[in-house]
Amino acid sequence: MTRWLSLAVAVLFVASLLTGAAGVGVPDPLILWQIRLPRAALALLVGGGLGLSGAVLQGALRNPLADPGLLGIGGCAALGAVVAFYWGLSAVFAPALPLAGLAGAALGCAFLLAFAGRAASGPSLILAGVALSALAAALLALALTLAPNPFALAEVTFWLMGGLEDRTLTHLLLAAGPIVLGCGVLLALGRGLDGLALGEEVAASLGVPVRRTLRLAAAGVALAVGAGAAVAGGIGFVGLVVPHLLRPAMGERPSALLAPSLLGGAALLLAADLLARTAPLLLPLQQEPRLGVLTALLGAPFLVRIARRVAPGGAG
Amino acid sequence: MIALRAARVRLGGHDVLHDIAFSAAAGEMVALCGPNGSGKSTLLRALAGLLPEGGAPDPRRVAYLPQGARCAWGMTVAEVAALGRIPHGDNDPAPVERALLACGLDGLRGQRVDRISGGQARRAMLARVLATDAQVLLLDEPTADLDPAAAHAIMALLRRIARQGGCVLVVLHALDLALRYADRVVVLQAGRIVADAPPDAVLAAAAAAFGLPWGVDPSPRLLPPGP
Repeated sequence: MTRWLSLAVAVLFVASLLTGAAGVGVPDPLILWQIRLPRAALALLVGGGLGLSGAVLQGALRNPLADPGLLGIGGCAALGAVVAFYWGLSAVFAPALPLAGLAGAALGCAFLLAFAGRAASGPSLILAGVALSALAAALLALALTLAPNPFALAEVTFWLMGGLEDRTLTHLLLAAGPIVLGCGVLLALGRGLDGLALGEEVAASLGVPVRRTLRLAAAGVALAVGAGAAVAGGIGFVGLVVPHLLRPAMGERPSALLAPSLLGGAALLLAADLLARTAPLLLPLQQEPRLGVLTALLGAPFLVRIARRVAPGGAG
Repeated sequence: MIALRAARVRLGGHDVLHDIAFSAAAGEMVALCGPNGSGKSTLLRALAGLLPEGGAPDPRRVAYLPQGARCAWGMTVAEVAALGRIPHGDNDPAPVERALLACGLDGLRGQRVDRISGGQARRAMLARVLATDAQVLLLDEPTADLDPAAAHAIMALLRRIARQGGCVLVVLHALDLALRYADRVVVLQAGRIVADAPPDAVLAAAAAAFGLPWGVDPSPRLLPPGP
């Protein structure tokens, strides 16, 4: 299965390099390096980070509904980006937008970790995350209502829907480090997550460092998802849906889902982004559909199918 | 082999155990009995190193089965049993196989634990404990949800483990099982150990306390002779 997913990612990545507004085929080297490569590589990294984060969070919190968006890290990244819009920083200095997004994600992460350090149990972490995302959403709405420039509202709303168009090598360089680091942290948590399947107390009796595992999960998710949101905006649903898509094939052991969810997330986002790019070529559209919209459109029917199979009282 | 000495054990802001001096040796099978809320599970958790009063967990030496443990995911019976290898950081299949066989689960190894009966799932949890190959087993109601035949089979298995040098502590509500299989019965009441003696002595004391004219016959007549 992992081999097939790797193959799918490779095929989609190459297809992604060969497809774009300039048509299908090997493009001009300038287009390849400056436009297509950053876009395809970002889809791969952001999608992989989201898929893996979803699998880790569902495992760590023993909850099939856990999603990186639940912890509010994406909301904090969006808030940081909106602040950059709001003060006009992004107009003066382009990388200010992803940098502010990263700063927002880092602040949210610091809050979550400080919280997880004291009351590290799954449900308390979820509640703190929900509080954080409500706070980020409120501040975001406040910034939007106070926006001095009417165009800022449209621009920000658009950005919040997520997308990878016009991303440059700078974006790729900014996001790659934190995403790869975050994924590295998350991939190492497999055994601890397996132990947590039986509850925090049994995990502790098996020698799993429960608090440390939860803290590393929060930190890894913050890095991977925060950096992704900082460059790609709000792309929902990937983290929630990818582990569910893979469970029927991989089994439900949390550690068995980590690497496949990374690959599955990358494949899903590459496919969605490819679809976003080809839609204006095939359909009478003025503009590419937003990536966050497409991931939800692609993911929701799958999730409905899976939801019908979930046994009463079972986790999934 | 395992011991706890504590003036008090606190949980949720009040004292659950008082003046506890408990120890169990290798080769012993100890039943912890007492009414609901008497502190049996708390004693077990303290011994497992899950409460501040009891030190830290010692995962390779001490294995713990909580009351009502369940798996959050639809893992297979074999996958759940293999979680017992986490303390060793290996995937050694031999102890997992032994544990599955001992718990009568060899026909169910590929079944999901959320799609088998409660008693079968309980045995999968016990197989996870046995797969650890720990010397000390702390088991909170391992026979809950089991049919009588399976309960006797599990108790006989635990007694064999104790005979081979293990140390087995079992919280039991089924007094017949306690009297039949344990070497020692420890009775807790309101957070204190009120009796700690071989089963027949505990039964005689209880009979005397209630003024009952019973002799001591730890093996009920309907059951086959104990091992």
